[in-house]
Amino acid sequence: MKQFIGFSIFLFVVMSLLGQGAEVKKNGLQPGDKAVDFKLENVDGKMITLNHYKKEKGIILIFTCNHCPYSVAYEDRIIALHNTYSKLGFPVLAINSNNPEIVPEDSFEEMKKRAKEKKFTFRYIYDATQAIAKEYGATRTPHVYLLKKQGKEFEVAYIGAIDDNSQDTGAVTQKYLENAISSVQKGQKPEPETTKAIGCTIKWKK
Amino acid sequence: MKQAIFTLFFLVSMFAGFTQRVRLLSLDELYARTATGKDTTYAINFWATWCRPCIAELPYFEAINDSLKHERVKVLLVSVDFLSVKESTLEPFVQKKGYESELFILNEKNENEWINRVSPDWSGAIPATLIINTAGNHHRFYEQDFSNYQELYSVIQPLIQAKQ
Repeated sequence: MKQFIGFSIFLFVVMSLLGQGAEVKKNGLQPGDKAVDFKLENVDGKMITLNHYKKEKGIILIFTCNHCPYSVAYEDRIIALHNTYSKLGFPVLAINSNNPEIVPEDSFEEMKKRAKEKKFTFRYIYDATQAIAKEYGATRTPHVYLLKKQGKEFEVAYIGAIDDNSQDTGAVTQKYLENAISSVQKGQKPEPETTKAIGCTIKWKK
Repeated sequence: MKQAIFTLFFLVSMFAGFTQRVRLLSLDELYARTATGKDTTYAINFWATWCRPCIAELPYFEAINDSLKHERVKVLLVSVDFLSVKESTLEPFVQKKGYESELFILNEKNENEWINRVSPDWSGAIPATLIINTAGNHHRFYEQDFSNYQELYSVIQPLIQAKQ
């Protein structure tokens, strides 16, 4: 009964916050938090969890999708990142959380096609229930979570953008993600630990 | 002949004036626009031609701009499209849609810097809307889309009253 009352109060608080519809609440993971594990299907049909990354020093987890022009603008950079950093123990793990009822191009079948066409060498997993995007607090695509190995688990080291210029690779002046990886390699805290960038909203199921 | 050239020039400039509807502006210029304008409530919508939920909600912003004129409410539509597509995509798009609200394209480079200047609560996902009441210096920020006119009106209306 107590539990029920507690839950009801929790629900009430959540509902009233939603009802206000005001500022976006800071939820989800923050740098320093333990990475939430998951079990999601890769485009090759295998189920992937964080346990698959035993030898790696970290994971470049990128919430992305097929249709978003910002994701497309970063596609080649994401491929290049994986080619460079997987050898150093930081592979890319791309994840699509969009609801295909809202954007048909982001269905699991379309993900398989895209991975094949663009010859993705990294895993591209499907968050069909959108639970993982919610747990992490991902709001847009692309949205990067750099995870670093801490003992047997992973911890969030950096959240945000890949670099400071989505429009033009040649005009990038700050490679936020690469700088963060380099800090992690040195055992230091990334600076900055979070960055912002324009992106498509994750298309939530209504 | 001179007259012909003049007429041609006039026509071309008319045409150019007609097709160039979107003005380039920085964030400082945007805030200067709201500070010096005669209206007291500004609904500033950040959108892009590639953003489907943005385009879906723009008619509600257009309706607000039209129906709340007498309340001194002004809608400013600020596109975050890449500057490189202004002529090729953005101008033809707004032309086709016939938007009547003021149209801008944001001339800022460092997203990590300017997004925070709009609101610390903004992650960068669009659509996003900032509502400013210059009289009472109130502002509210919404990282969400609005699914109908009433929903949008209900967040603007309290700020209209705040001026009195």
